[in-house]
Amino acid sequence: MMELLQILEQTGQGLFGSAWLPVWTVVKILAIVLPIMGAVAYLTLAERWVIAWMQVRIGPNRVGYFGLLQPIADGVKLLFKEIIVPSSSNKALFVLAPIMALAPSLAAWAVVPFNDGMALSNVNAGLLYILALTSLSVYGIIIAGWASNSKYAFLGAVRSAAQIVSYEIAMGFALVCVLLASQSMNLGDIVNGQKGGYGLLNWYLIPLFPMFLVYVISGVAETNRAPFDMAEGESEIVAGFHVEYSGMAFALFFLAEYANMILVSFLTAIMFLGGWLSPVPFLPDSFIWLLAKVSFILFLFLWFRATFPRYRYDQLMRLGWKVFIPLTIVWVVVVAAWMQTPLWVW
Amino acid sequence: MQAIKKFFKTFLLYELVKGMALTGRYFFARKITVQFPEEKTPQSFRFRGLHAQRRYANGEERCIGCKLCEAVCPALAIKIEVAEREDGTRRTTQYDIDLFKCIFCGFCEESCPVDAIVETRVLEYHGEKRGDLYYTKAMLLANGDKLEEQIAKDRAADAKYR
Repeated sequence: MMELLQILEQTGQGLFGSAWLPVWTVVKILAIVLPIMGAVAYLTLAERWVIAWMQVRIGPNRVGYFGLLQPIADGVKLLFKEIIVPSSSNKALFVLAPIMALAPSLAAWAVVPFNDGMALSNVNAGLLYILALTSLSVYGIIIAGWASNSKYAFLGAVRSAAQIVSYEIAMGFALVCVLLASQSMNLGDIVNGQKGGYGLLNWYLIPLFPMFLVYVISGVAETNRAPFDMAEGESEIVAGFHVEYSGMAFALFFLAEYANMILVSFLTAIMFLGGWLSPVPFLPDSFIWLLAKVSFILFLFLWFRATFPRYRYDQLMRLGWKVFIPLTIVWVVVVAAWMQTPLWVW
Repeated sequence: MQAIKKFFKTFLLYELVKGMALTGRYFFARKITVQFPEEKTPQSFRFRGLHAQRRYANGEERCIGCKLCEAVCPALAIKIEVAEREDGTRRTTQYDIDLFKCIFCGFCEESCPVDAIVETRVLEYHGEKRGDLYYTKAMLLANGDKLEEQIAKDRAADAKYR
């Protein structure tokens, strides 16, 4: 594998000269973004299947074998639909909003390590970068709600803004615990910090279990997924922030939502479930472990959606401010104190 | 003790996990979806679908133009014109059912003294242009001729409950 990369590097250098670095970076970006797009497409299909099975239905099974071409058909349908721009909307912002929603959720992948040392850019402040970009994606939603000039869209945007602000804090504190435990903000180093002779027992899942729960639940809230899909709330405010969007602009919001889901799953796997590390000492570490963990967390996302009814708005705020934030602050202190004692073995 | 129990139940998300266990069980349950064109649900002999006009065994149409169905129809979907035939019997010259108006309540069938207008088991029909679902007497009689066997069997099965 490594030799192959080296050969590629040399031939590329010969072909492109000094332009090789940007070319090679673009290739690497494509190698990350295209599989993500495919994963997003098939995540929508998986979601429909999982929810259908939990509702004792069979889900899409008509397009292609077992409905495997359904996401393609959906994509083509949305591509050919007209994008309607409401006459009273702020046109520039209206068009900008879906891009604002999607761009950060793709940009955040730059620092995600897929295997030991396999990241687009091995940034030392990777965690900060991730935190910054995931909070940026809410601007897409706010701008969409405001530019639509529709009361439902605006309500959705307001809710989304308040929700993200509340859960961002809990999420941040949960990550502070991970920082304390790993002593690094580099995502690759965080995974390597969970290495040890005991496999699963070395993961931060064990000492930081409450933070794991907080992070997963905040992640669900952060991606505006059920039961925290207040910004959409089809039964209350129609479709929330994207009520005025149609065609590909609408599809971009969905791409962003699902890309964010996958991102949060990757981050959970990396920070709490040991990334690509094997859960048992006798099996080798591999990218496949990371994929398995991510799939499990994504399944959890879908499982949540099939199980829980939507939170009421005040309940959501209570959970964020009065449960999660105190809990995470306490746990930061506990972990910090714990690390000063010999009982800390991670 | 109670308070401690409640604390742990809350923070370990006991009830949420219980809910997820339920949906998790149904994940593996046998699916009840009927895949329509290939699979069909069983039909009752009282099924109320597309209308038909029946004939007697000798080929004479049953309808005597009494207009009871027209009177009872709650959706005003039936239109009847009556005239005397050459042999002196009272017959309909026009008998139309507008299927867009029809609500398939079965009152026409219920009110008919000679079992002329009936609703059949046919539910998969469609119209391709305007007026296709405005059924005239000829269309209704054609339906009856085509489906007489099934219609007669269903009436026979229902007879003992009447």
